[in-house]
Amino acid sequence: MKSNVFVSRLALGIYLLIFFGYLLGPLLIMSLTAFNSNAFPSVSPWACFTFEWFQVLFHDERILNSIKNSVIIGIGTVILSVAMGLAASLVLTQVWAKWRSTYYTIIIAPILIPGVVLGISTVVFWDRLSRILGPASDALFHNGIFLTVLGQSTFIASYAMLVFVARLQRYDPGLTEAALDLGATHTQAFRKILLPFMRPAIASASVLAFLASFENYNTTTFTFGRYPTLTIELAQKVRYGINPSISALAFIIVVLTVFGAIALEAWRRNKLKALAVKEGTAPVGRSILPGFLRGNWAAVVLVLMSFAVITVFWAGQSYSPAQCKQRVLELKQAETQRRIQELQLQRQIKRQADALKGPDIFGPSSQSGTGTAGDNPFGGVFNPGNLEGQSGTGTGPTEQPKPEEEPKAAPKPSPFGGVFDPGNLDDVGGN
Amino acid sequence: MADGVGVDLDNVWIRFGDFVAVREANVHINGGDFFSFLGPSGCGKTTILRAISGFLDPSEGRVLIGGNDMAGIGPNKRPTALIFQNLALFPLMKIWENITFSMEVKGASTAERRKRADELLDMIALEGQGDKLPSELSGGQKQRVAIARALCAEPDVLLLDEPLSALDLKLRQHMRTELREIQQRVGITFIYITHDQGEALTMSDNVAVMRAGIIDQIGTGHDVYDRPATAFVASFVGENNVFRGKIQEIQGNEALMQSNRSGLLRATITPSAVGELKVGDDAMMFIRPEALALANGDSHDKARISAKVLSEEFEGNSYSVYLEGDGGKEMKMSMPNLGQDPEASRGQDLTLSYDVGNAMVMPAGELASE
Ligand SMILES: Nc1ncnc2c1ncn2[C@@H]1O[C@H](COP(=O)(O)OP(=O)(O)OP(=O)(O)O)[C@@H](O)[C@H]1O
Ligand SMILES: [Mg+2]
Repeated sequence: MKSNVFVSRLALGIYLLIFFGYLLGPLLIMSLTAFNSNAFPSVSPWACFTFEWFQVLFHDERILNSIKNSVIIGIGTVILSVAMGLAASLVLTQVWAKWRSTYYTIIIAPILIPGVVLGISTVVFWDRLSRILGPASDALFHNGIFLTVLGQSTFIASYAMLVFVARLQRYDPGLTEAALDLGATHTQAFRKILLPFMRPAIASASVLAFLASFENYNTTTFTFGRYPTLTIELAQKVRYGINPSISALAFIIVVLTVFGAIALEAWRRNKLKALAVKEGTAPVGRSILPGFLRGNWAAVVLVLMSFAVITVFWAGQSYSPAQCKQRVLELKQAETQRRIQELQLQRQIKRQADALKGPDIFGPSSQSGTGTAGDNPFGGVFNPGNLEGQSGTGTGPTEQPKPEEEPKAAPKPSPFGGVFDPGNLDDVGGN
Repeated sequence: MADGVGVDLDNVWIRFGDFVAVREANVHINGGDFFSFLGPSGCGKTTILRAISGFLDPSEGRVLIGGNDMAGIGPNKRPTALIFQNLALFPLMKIWENITFSMEVKGASTAERRKRADELLDMIALEGQGDKLPSELSGGQKQRVAIARALCAEPDVLLLDEPLSALDLKLRQHMRTELREIQQRVGITFIYITHDQGEALTMSDNVAVMRAGIIDQIGTGHDVYDRPATAFVASFVGENNVFRGKIQEIQGNEALMQSNRSGLLRATITPSAVGELKVGDDAMMFIRPEALALANGDSHDKARISAKVLSEEFEGNSYSVYLEGDGGKEMKMSMPNLGQDPEASRGQDLTLSYDVGNAMVMPAGELASE
């Protein structure tokens, strides 16, 4: 019985481990790559711990500019979609019950339409409109920020509306009537009664809208014009080869998110505690912690995290991985050297084997052993020379093969089986 | 008290689609009156109140406040304040902000509002609780805040939609007297809605009894209790024993009814039916439990019914005795508790007597369903 419980606990533990690993693993790995000095985002081989990618990030004009664009577009989208979503949700509560579900379907449709279609249709629509209205409207209607805000808002407003509808369902329209009855105008009733009630929903809809806008790619890719957003810029970067400064950016975003979540939790707990104190149900006890941290683990974590971030930042100012990098560089050069030698050896062996073979008994295959890259059936892709050039990125001039060098290590098994066994070779060489 | 602002409903009809919620309402409410609309749930009381306060327009007819036609005047422009059935306190505002909301929208300063709120909080015996939220108050306290909030708007007419229905009995009785006191102090017109007839009778100067959108009777508490205009009013207001039958003879304002089960019964024709009720008409006679008494030697001038005691209920100051009349007709009679032992009479045949002036006969009609 007891062991059964243990087994199921264990299974649950393992399941959770896998689940969270699946969920958070990629983020963790990505964050780690931001601190590895390797030029390509990677964790292993681990070269040097470094902050240089953050430097690279902060000096990358295009990334910084795209973040700025994303923020501007995000804010624009928040304003537009919250306003549209709120209006749409209010109309939903007002429309005739008979039409409500039809209206709802229409309003919700943009969520179901692919973002690509929304992007294209936005561009096409405003392009047409600017043609009708003449060149005066051109500057605005072809402006990437304008188009992107509009394009994204078409479906983000629907998300916002869903949030508002959920909140409005708990609203007592009698409150608005009470306000009117007490002499408020409709505007006053809206501003003083309904809007404060909707405030939490407005806050969450804003966050939702901003995040949805920030991460949007499908729609934006058609509308951004001369104002690429972060997602667009990242996608372009990936196309031309990336470096870990993107991981650094991801790491910053992850940290900010966690920070935000914990701050929210700390604030929530603080409020709960205040309520408990007010009702006299708060546990009384002595603690070394200051008041706002007591019984609020989130606040404690928040403070610890702030410390950690400040420490790391401070350390980043003085820490220099130069020495380590130098060592890694040396190691790498040695490694390259070794590889080159290996290849040279292999080539030499082959040449000798060819010579030994004499008349061409293998037909065309013997051609490949002649060492000329040009007539290789693989078009030189596997040419050792190419390989050297690649693996030696930034490791200095590639050395030319030196035929007189002696073999160092045993070559790998050759596709020709034992015919070209190095053992045979020695005998031949002795001839 | 005739200096208050009166309210008139002039041939008001209110329809929702095909459904008629209020039918031909003609009501005159004197300024400074405590006027009640009494009726069962769903009879259209709230609808009438919403028409007076301006939340809906009558489909036909006019609403007049202080003699002025209110057509086209919105709720925020009418000199009325409504206390909602569910109170509708603003949940996110503190009590003092709730109370002085009507001043806020007129642009009063915080200091002014604070001062007025303190006065009103004193009046409703909630001193020093102005900084709480509505959710932190008890039901009765919320009730009083709603009243203070409405009074703060200084309306000429205060409309109250069953404001006491959510309270327990004790608090309700307390609030009744308190409301009545407030009304007498401020001297404005109160229009009060309730489905509790006790409430209507204790507080009101005048009562309108409604049935499914129709106003059956308007009058003082005594009028509707003692001289109900219709069978519905007779059965809805207070308890009544009903006897059905046909009119056999009419003499002035008295009639002799051949009842279906209890023989010939003599009763007074209710004032509104005098001249209308004819011999041979289907009729109903009502007699209150407290108007029935045990017959004794000196009651020759009274009408009589014989009945058998079925059971009795002790109610503290009185007993309710349930009897079975001749034709199996059930009756209820109430006897003051004078120390007698009514159980002893269980199963006995009794002869009951009543004053003809206390028995009301009227054309047969719909009864209030219990
Ligand atoms: N907006 C509306 N649309 C359609 N019918 C309505 C509407 N408002 C009220 N009614 C109907 O009108 C009738 C009277 O409603 P009203 O709210 O006036 O009842 P009430 O007398 O206040 O009842 P209660 O004592 O239960 O509050 C009810 O049958 C109700 O269904
Ligand atoms: Mg009602």
